[in-house]
Amino acid sequence: MTAAEQWIAFYTIVRKEIRRFMRIWMQTLLPPAITMSLYFVIFGALIGSRIGQMGGFTYMEFVVPGLIMMSVITNAYSNVVSSFFGAKFQRFVEEILVSPMSNNTVLWGFVIGGVARGLLVGLIVTMLSLFFTTLHIQHIGITIAIVLMTSIMFSLAGFINAVFANNFDDVSIVPVFVLTPLTYLGGVFYSIDLLPEFWAGVSRLNPMLYIVNAFRYGVLGTSDVNVVTAFIMVGVFTLAAYAYCMYLLRSGTRLRQ
Amino acid sequence: MALALEIKGLRKVYGNGFEALKGIDLEVKQGDFFALLGPNGAGKSTTIGIVSSLVKKTAGEVRIFGHSLDSDIAAAKRQIGLVPQEFNFSNFESVWDIVVNQAGYYGLSRGVAAERAEKYLKKLGLWDKRHGASRMLSGGMKRRLMIARALVHEPRLLILDEPTAGVDIELRRSMWAFLTEINRSGTTIILTTHYLEEAESLCRNIAIIDAGNIVENTSMKALLRQLQKEVFILDVRDSLSADISIPGFDTRFVDEHTLELVLKKGTSLNEVFAALNSSELVVSSMRNKANRLEELFVSLLNPK
Repeated sequence: MTAAEQWIAFYTIVRKEIRRFMRIWMQTLLPPAITMSLYFVIFGALIGSRIGQMGGFTYMEFVVPGLIMMSVITNAYSNVVSSFFGAKFQRFVEEILVSPMSNNTVLWGFVIGGVARGLLVGLIVTMLSLFFTTLHIQHIGITIAIVLMTSIMFSLAGFINAVFANNFDDVSIVPVFVLTPLTYLGGVFYSIDLLPEFWAGVSRLNPMLYIVNAFRYGVLGTSDVNVVTAFIMVGVFTLAAYAYCMYLLRSGTRLRQ
Repeated sequence: MALALEIKGLRKVYGNGFEALKGIDLEVKQGDFFALLGPNGAGKSTTIGIVSSLVKKTAGEVRIFGHSLDSDIAAAKRQIGLVPQEFNFSNFESVWDIVVNQAGYYGLSRGVAAERAEKYLKKLGLWDKRHGASRMLSGGMKRRLMIARALVHEPRLLILDEPTAGVDIELRRSMWAFLTEINRSGTTIILTTHYLEEAESLCRNIAIIDAGNIVENTSMKALLRQLQKEVFILDVRDSLSADISIPGFDTRFVDEHTLELVLKKGTSLNEVFAALNSSELVVSSMRNKANRLEELFVSLLNPK
């Protein structure tokens, strides 16, 4: 296929992916909006007002970047895992496998679909947060870069999950039992400076801590961890996930008999 | 004539150790209407799966219009349109989206995709259903949707894996007419089917596969010439007695106006007519008992 034809094929997947999550907006866009609004009301406005300052900011200002990032992560991941597994489950992934599209076109089509949902939900949550606080983004470049890299990384991870998933339980296990707990413990609601030294050290093993703090640095200008380390880590994980996805597609693991 | 499909030494061993294909060779000429027959589990779908790159081969070589699946897979894939046995489209998408998106996967612009989708949906009687979700279609319509989807990039080789399974006879015949038209326009067709009369009436060449081996590969005419006997059904004007016999022929009384007559190889129809005349039977109509190919098929698979 020529580059122009690959572009059309890529655009076809992206368009289909975006139309899919827009068509089922009650399942994809509305739930995070409601959940995050509740977080803002309960943790930010009701409880947060009694907590006082965190890292030099009001508690609401402190939690907003983490909650935005949490929405981006779970939605980018969920979009790819549910869409690609659905295609496998109903066997219409064969439409793609018999076509002359390159593996890169297939992978990036699904990944950009995940990124689109992650960013759209992130934008919705950001807009909602403005009802509760004001956001003065300190480092726009870092904010955009980390949110883009993170959504790509988790879209790739969702793709890997979808390839290996055998049923719908396998699709929800990682978001529910891995992503959400790691994000909760990754400094969304507190600064690790508040933890005893041992638990602060344990927290530093959690990759979510770096992602949340890098985003918080972009928005508020403050972070518990080194932002450069966060970018290197996200970059390395993204490259590793990309390489593994390409291996899975090339080898046909779980896709071709 | 150029080859649409060339298979050499194709082997497939599945992960559980089952050897589905034992090194088959097969050639399908450009423009052919080719039947690939065999009992369940013989290796037909595995062969089609490998050719359409949904199944990984263990060994051997596959070329589609000269393009190797190993070294030139994108060009090879572009030549093929696949209509699989099982429904494999999204239940939530519209008929239109399924066909147009498939065109997009082959790099066709939206304009060309829309033009082709209209052409094939109209030809296959799905135009009025184009905005409906695919899950709302009847079984026959779903089969036709898969044919429209397979044709939208106008492949040179169309592979149909039991396309008329579960389709009523009227619809089956309209699909036969459509496939014949597509073949006449230059598309090579490979068909697997359990309806042997379908293969007999549509296909010019045939391969029979059994237990992972090709047991017969010849033209339909040559295969049918192997028949040792043919059975004709005679509709007789006057009432027959149950002990009716026609000298020189095996017969079977079916009912008082119907008789089966066995014509052995080498016997001419003129001899039949002469015998009928001397028996003073008035035959109002005569037809070949279907399933000529079925008899051969069974005898090839059970050579005893």
